[in-house]
Amino acid sequence: MSFKRFLALFLTRNKEFIRDRSSLSWNILMPVLIVAGFSFAFSGEIGKQFKIGVISEDIATSQARQFLSLKHIEFYNVENSEVAITNSVNKVQRHQIDMLIDAKTNQYWINSESPSGYLVEKILLGADTKVLQKQVFEKQTVSGKLIRYIDWVIPGILSMNMMFSALFGVGFVIVRYRKNGMLKRLKATPITAFEYLSAQIASRIILIMVVTAFVFYGTNFFVDFVMNGSHFNLFLVFALGALSMISLGLIIAARITSEETAGGLLNLFSWPMMFFSGVWFSLEGAAPIMQNIAEIFPLTHVTAAARAIMIDGAGLLEISYHLLVLTIQSAVFLLFGAWLFKWD
Amino acid sequence: MSSDLLQIKNLVKHYPSVKAVNGIDITLKAGVCFGLLGPNGAGKTTTVEILEGINYATSGEILYKGMPLGDQFRKEAGIMFQSTSLQDYITVRETLEMFSNFYPKHADLENLIVRCNLTEYLDQDNRELSGGQRQRLLLAVALVNDPDIIFLDEPTTGLDPQARRNFWDLINDIKAEGKTIVLTTHYMDEAYALCDEIAIMDHGKIIAQGTPKSLLAENFNDVILQLPTSELKDVDLSSYSTYERDTYIEITTCDVNEVISTFIANNISLSQLQIRARTLDDLFLELTGKELRT
Repeated sequence: MSFKRFLALFLTRNKEFIRDRSSLSWNILMPVLIVAGFSFAFSGEIGKQFKIGVISEDIATSQARQFLSLKHIEFYNVENSEVAITNSVNKVQRHQIDMLIDAKTNQYWINSESPSGYLVEKILLGADTKVLQKQVFEKQTVSGKLIRYIDWVIPGILSMNMMFSALFGVGFVIVRYRKNGMLKRLKATPITAFEYLSAQIASRIILIMVVTAFVFYGTNFFVDFVMNGSHFNLFLVFALGALSMISLGLIIAARITSEETAGGLLNLFSWPMMFFSGVWFSLEGAAPIMQNIAEIFPLTHVTAAARAIMIDGAGLLEISYHLLVLTIQSAVFLLFGAWLFKWD
Repeated sequence: MSSDLLQIKNLVKHYPSVKAVNGIDITLKAGVCFGLLGPNGAGKTTTVEILEGINYATSGEILYKGMPLGDQFRKEAGIMFQSTSLQDYITVRETLEMFSNFYPKHADLENLIVRCNLTEYLDQDNRELSGGQRQRLLLAVALVNDPDIIFLDEPTTGLDPQARRNFWDLINDIKAEGKTIVLTTHYMDEAYALCDEIAIMDHGKIIAQGTPKSLLAENFNDVILQLPTSELKDVDLSSYSTYERDTYIEITTCDVNEVISTFIANNISLSQLQIRARTLDDLFLELTGKELRT
């Protein structure tokens, strides 16, 4: 291993990436745009869990009045006409609203297959109880900062952006260089495969960390998301995650000479990870087989560890399982990728 | 120490469907410019790639300075492939500096830049270079380690005549420094102008080897007379060896006086008569029965 040769490759690769403005911009802009989009989409009033159409404002009973004054339920007026009522009933059928109620006649419509409709009905019937029962449960209250969906999803978006940069930034570039003969030219020099690959990995990890830090602080400035844990721990998780996913990219790019094939394979790996690694929705309650498959993905562990740090303020010990998995995956992928690697 | 820089003994390379190289022997002395000629599919690219250490022989032996190809060879060899992409967004100077850092021994970069006429393009992105500028950069890259042996694979393919001539001047400069050069080319005039020794390959074998002049002398003692086809349409040429080109006829003969006498006897104008000596193109045609393809 010659440090001089490693450094020459490392610095050149960094310059190439930084000067490729379109690639650099996309690496930074994509997560920011996603976060901005989600922030906008979920910027409405929080707590409206149910949506109910109300046919008449002429409320017949105190029970109906009590029900219609409940918080965290969105009530909206429905015109008292046959057409409007039919349309609203259709919406109930299609799960677009949870209930339609006529406050004057005390009639209501729910969809018997809708869980939300079932809950709203229970609330309505609870309000209809005329005799207060003896209180059995004792109320306790807690308070805390609201965790918005945007707070929950940001660790996943940062991890996902890192995944795309790692897989495509190394895998795709290596295939391109193999195809256009650049790797063949390097093979004819004293450069070893280990020097070349380690320079590519080091360059990409540093670039990913810089871009991720930029996106992290830039996004936080606008969205002010929750960060309850240690920045160093988060840095460690992202660095290890980047290494594991770059190594995965190396395996994909080890021998392929076609950019089209490489693109297809990289998508084959990245898309399932994007959807089934808990980036967008929690896997709790998902089918056990899906949860088991998700365990294989590095993105699952990066997202889970980052989320634990940012939202729960978890320490290294609490995320040690994820760190261990990422370390093992990095080592296995790296060794296998280096073993498979061919210059031409 | 022997002055044999590179020795190739019974080199064989078989692919599943073709015998690309079929037992060739070459010995290169230090300081010579050696030309490997042949049409596409002759096996010369495979041979050169094996010599460059980027392809592997099925059997045979290659010795560089008496030792099998290895680290020393990679450090002391300069290679210019026919088509090599360089990294995008990187300038000419940065490319030279990067390759220079790969080697323990360096040529003086500033001197190299001047010699290869790259001074004006130093800060230019590799993507923006013209064909000639690019070839000069690739030659400079091949020379950054001040190599003892340089492989040039069809270095002037695709260049205009002026750029080719400029490139020849560069190669002659390198020759003057006593460097050993292995040149593959389709251009016979290039081989004749630059090479001290040539080998012609066909079907994976060397079919002729020697200096260009000695090979021509060994194979030819005649000359070629050329006249427009229209001038000779009524003349009986059946007693001569002729070859009809697009607009003219070539007559091969050892007795120029006799042929010219025949022309005069038939009242043929000699104003467009051309007499030329045999060239390497003729030699190749003679040896392989086919014209060199580009």
